[in-house]
Amino acid sequence: MDGIHDVGGMQGFGQVQELTDAPPFTEPWEGKAFVIGALAARISGTNLHAFRHAIERVPPREYMVGYWNRWTIGAQLMMEDSGIVTDEQVRARAARLSGQDVPEPPAPEPHKPEMPSGGAGNLRSVDTPPTFAVGDRVRVADLRPVGHTRLPRYVRGRTGTVTALQPGAVFPDTAAHFVGENPQHCYTVEFDSRELWGADAEPFRLSIDLFEPYLEPEK
Amino acid sequence: MTSPTEHLDPALRVEALASLLTERGLLDEATVETFIKTYEQSVGPMNGAKVVAKAWTDPEYRARLLADGTAAIADLGFKGPQGEHIVVLENTPAVHHVVVCTLCSCYPWPVLGLPPSWYKDPAYRSRIVREPRRVLSEFGLDLDDSVEIRVHDSSSEVRYMVLPERPAGTEGASEEELAALVTRDAMVGVAKVTVP
Repeated sequence: MDGIHDVGGMQGFGQVQELTDAPPFTEPWEGKAFVIGALAARISGTNLHAFRHAIERVPPREYMVGYWNRWTIGAQLMMEDSGIVTDEQVRARAARLSGQDVPEPPAPEPHKPEMPSGGAGNLRSVDTPPTFAVGDRVRVADLRPVGHTRLPRYVRGRTGTVTALQPGAVFPDTAAHFVGENPQHCYTVEFDSRELWGADAEPFRLSIDLFEPYLEPEK
Repeated sequence: MTSPTEHLDPALRVEALASLLTERGLLDEATVETFIKTYEQSVGPMNGAKVVAKAWTDPEYRARLLADGTAAIADLGFKGPQGEHIVVLENTPAVHHVVVCTLCSCYPWPVLGLPPSWYKDPAYRSRIVREPRRVLSEFGLDLDDSVEIRVHDSSSEVRYMVLPERPAGTEGASEEELAALVTRDAMVGVAKVTVP
């Protein structure tokens, strides 16, 4: 999905924040938000990929409010999808916690998705041999899926070199939508900065891990 | 009733969700406390710092760490969520690695804990893949033009940790003393380890 989350190479976000030794949670609610998000996949009967996709679906205005805000709304979206809570319920409860006497809507009927899993974690063996080898030149497919993908916009259509074969893994593009783990080979692909950003780019190399369906042989 | 698109204060949303989940038996205070304590006290950059210090003092460990990061890190007892496959990148006087996740905020939790605010911010995520030298300079790290920069975007389940250069003047230091010098920022690749 071409959403607000896919920020690689976008301009206009300004200076980077200052480096600090701040702890992971600067306010108590952030710690609780973390736990709700960390447990959201289990509570909603979904998975990590669905959680990432839920955060991608957070409306851009809310996404930009901050990390723990989008994390929490993402968790809520997954729970809404699985019939664990409704937005009306959350807002009514928030109003009541704020001292307003509003009625509470009924809880929804849970309907968790069903997807067979090959086990814990995301690393999987892949039945077919890898198509590409270290040293191969590859072109990134110009895919524009409407659902979840781990193929950022800024490398689509660009040509790079395979520098490593990573362990096979659950394919996020299908797992996030509960249509199968569909394990895929995963490659580290390295790009020259000028291939990504043009002749005037700072000289550097960029590596990114891409699943096999994202790649084509260089033409 | 408010409109669903109306912004709800995040702290209040969290309280509302927690309250709804708790009364359904899907969340309990003890679990919440345990999670928070774990990531505040046990899982953080102090783990990665131990890995780095060992690699600096034990050449055999360093070789194993670079060949199979996940296994070498697990040898020190560090494993868990967001650490299924960890690749360690060695910074040298000639090559400087820096890590990002442009699509979300993937980060090697078992060795570095939860990511800091700047790592999750769109400014860092958008710019480090496009103008890394300038971003590093904004962070206060001015690399010589001869240093090759390599940026790693964590887009799969592979997690990256940087093995920083051991600073000069630490020849006689113990592993424990060295670990105390290693910072989170150096293990992401936006700073060097320095001697105070």
